[in-house]
Amino acid sequence: MASGGVEGSAELRIDGAAKRFGEVAALDGVSLQVARGELLTILGPSGSGKTTLLKVVAGFEKPDAGSVKIDGVEITALPPARRDIGMVFQNYALFPHLTVERNVAFPLEMRNVTKAEIARRVAEALALVELAGYEQRLPRQLSGGQQQRVALARAIVFNPRLLLLDEPFGALDRKLRETMQLEVRRLQRRLGLTTIFITHDQEEALVLSDRIAVMNKGTIQQIATTTEIYERPANDFVADFVGESNIFHGTMSGTGVVTLEGGRQLRVSTSAVPGKRVGVLMRPERFASGGINAFAGEVVESVYLGTSFKLRLACEDGLELLVRQPARGELPAPGARATFGIDPDAIHVF
Amino acid sequence: MSRRLLVLACALIYLFLMLPLLVVFPISLSSAPYMQFPPPGFSWQWYERYLDDPQWIDATWRSLYIGVSTAILALALGVPLAFSLVRAKFLGRAFVERLALAPIIVPTIILSVAIYGIFAKLKLIGAWYGLVLAHTVLALPFVVLVMVAGLRDFDRALEQAAEGLGAGRWQTLRRITLPLLRPSLVSAGLLAFISSFDEVVVALFLAGANMTLPKKMFDNILMEIDPTIAAVSVIQILLVSVVLVLIGRFGRGLSGSAR
Amino acid sequence: MNRSFFPALPALVLLFFFFLFPVVRMLGFSLEGGSLDWYAKALGEGLYLRVFWNTFEIALLVTLFCLLLGYPLGFLMATTTPLWATVGFIFVLLPLWTSVLVRTYAWMVLLGRNGVFNRTLIDAGIITDPIPLLHNFTGVLIGMVHVLLPYMVLPVYGAVRRLDPAIVAAAEGLGASNWRIFWRIYLPLTLNGIFAGAVIVFVLSLGFFITPALLGGGRVIMIAVLIEQQVRETLNWPFAAALSAVLLVATFAVYALAQRFTRTEPAT
Repeated sequence: MASGGVEGSAELRIDGAAKRFGEVAALDGVSLQVARGELLTILGPSGSGKTTLLKVVAGFEKPDAGSVKIDGVEITALPPARRDIGMVFQNYALFPHLTVERNVAFPLEMRNVTKAEIARRVAEALALVELAGYEQRLPRQLSGGQQQRVALARAIVFNPRLLLLDEPFGALDRKLRETMQLEVRRLQRRLGLTTIFITHDQEEALVLSDRIAVMNKGTIQQIATTTEIYERPANDFVADFVGESNIFHGTMSGTGVVTLEGGRQLRVSTSAVPGKRVGVLMRPERFASGGINAFAGEVVESVYLGTSFKLRLACEDGLELLVRQPARGELPAPGARATFGIDPDAIHVF
Repeated sequence: MSRRLLVLACALIYLFLMLPLLVVFPISLSSAPYMQFPPPGFSWQWYERYLDDPQWIDATWRSLYIGVSTAILALALGVPLAFSLVRAKFLGRAFVERLALAPIIVPTIILSVAIYGIFAKLKLIGAWYGLVLAHTVLALPFVVLVMVAGLRDFDRALEQAAEGLGAGRWQTLRRITLPLLRPSLVSAGLLAFISSFDEVVVALFLAGANMTLPKKMFDNILMEIDPTIAAVSVIQILLVSVVLVLIGRFGRGLSGSAR
Repeated sequence: MNRSFFPALPALVLLFFFFLFPVVRMLGFSLEGGSLDWYAKALGEGLYLRVFWNTFEIALLVTLFCLLLGYPLGFLMATTTPLWATVGFIFVLLPLWTSVLVRTYAWMVLLGRNGVFNRTLIDAGIITDPIPLLHNFTGVLIGMVHVLLPYMVLPVYGAVRRLDPAIVAAAEGLGASNWRIFWRIYLPLTLNGIFAGAVIVFVLSLGFFITPALLGGGRVIMIAVLIEQQVRETLNWPFAAALSAVLLVATFAVYALAQRFTRTEPAT
């Protein structure tokens, strides 16, 4: 398997997938492509349609319109059993009556692999997730992290063409979650597995993905690399959903100048033509004390976060700003006055 | 204070519940030739009489195989029915559910008389399989109740996982769904068995000359109070206890199904 | 129609041929000749009206006694330690699953003229002549309460268990006494369970056959016993059918009424 992963892995293409549940459009014409060996994260709040999209790919849900293709072959109508897609479920869905070994062997048994071959591949898969020695345990005798590893081993043991991860880290505590995230990422790279990862946790998405597709209300808002999504979101929703943000709206009032709705002018670096309505995104950590584009005001809230201070600044003209500063010196007390500036290059205009 | 009063009251109520079960033990071991309490001495004579009487043994065997057949048939029909009720949407689903549960609501005497009317025409009186059919009607609600409860609690992600991993519908059913439902299946089967094994009223009408154990007991109780009945009762209590232990050990939904 | 309707078919075939059809067919006999004469006889003649009244009275009393005995039991089981609850369950379930015949027989042993009770009382010098406890109203009542008590205990147990312990803790924290907590919290919030149990007991009592047949000794006739006599002894099918129809209607009426009741009640 370790050797067979790359050539088994495939490219996925979804075209115009649509699915309605009564009045609600869970998927409203979703198209995307996942390259061979790529890890694409579908990020969105609950109810955004990401789970439906996953079900359409896995075959548990039939789309009303559109198609799903793996390596150019249409699989839209294929039952789940014949899609060769490995999946890790939210609560792992390990078979509680089967041992770890039998759980991992299950997909191979379904494919009529010989006994000897099954034993070899199960051992290999368990070694890969560092669970050698746990073969005879039942799922309930394992910790959450171990259960997840079993689920992962079971999903990759049959060299699937695609790996689907449905919020797999939700049930783990923070520390374990971070370990597992890195481990999954390492394994996915090593096996070169084309992977779709579903989550509502933007931090997790940034850590794991090659590219992120942000979904809301059944449509894809933006699909881009992690830095692109964070630095240059396509719209309000993406800017707001991914990371902390200060979002304002205004009009281009000259080359490189935006007039915000309150009247304040900001110097930005963008090629947008004067007169255009734009959104402005300023990440809190991009502010410095003083400098150009100065915001002066009163600190109304300040929180110490270990590595940084998080401040809420009320400016004279009524704007409210979220600012993060490296934690050095004293935490500014509420009521203190402060001035922060931001470099035009650090402002994203959309 | 009031709690102690409650415990005392409940102890008396428990005594009331257990007394009839307890009283048959000493009587079944009595050396007296007729019903006498407390027994003047110890003897196995009533057990011996039961074991030596081909009529009793015959009735016991008949009840056993009718009970087992009923359990099998009730499972074979009730389990798929429960699947439909929980997982399918079809016209008249609510009606089907009510119909399937109706045999425990409709008084048994009505059911017995009604089936008696049909079986008399079909010459099925005295046929063991006739009793099995009638008992299955009575056992079906138990199977449906237990299985519906089991299926409602079933995590369908496990079935999706199996299908995603390459299992077809039948393989999923055989390898995942049914094994996981085994506790419910055990409970449902044993309840169906007991409901048939203990059943008197239907047997009274349909058994004819081919006695089942309860019918033989009923007739004996009507005619003479002979401590053989006590011996048979003890055997029954022990058997039911064993079944209850089995349900407790391998089954589920005991208290739920009793309602 | 869904494909997954088909698994239900075999069971439906059985239910149709050996339940629905026979019952409807038999009930049809009661309208023999297109008249309601048999119903007039069942509900008009004093002798039979008396049987209905008997049945109703016994069912009502049985329900009442089951309530009085069943509530404390269910309540105790739901509020005691798991170990004692298990013991309690065994004591309730063992009788429940013991053959009704065994239990009825045991009551005959206990209640008879020379039965355990009378013997004990005479030997103790409390009475000189045996009290008639068997083959009368009292005997039937005792036997039926014993058979039906578990059906009351289990719903009560369930209702008390479903009660949020935080509510009780809150009441205790606010200084309510045990009795007050019972009357103001437990009782009102477990009414649904009580009601469910009472309906089950009442309906089962209406159609009861074995216990009255054996413990009534031919002197306490309940409707099920009357139906059996009509079919097996007098072979009067139309009359038995009319009686069955009345019993069935009464049974369904109680259920329908109960369902209506619980539906209009505010959810607790």
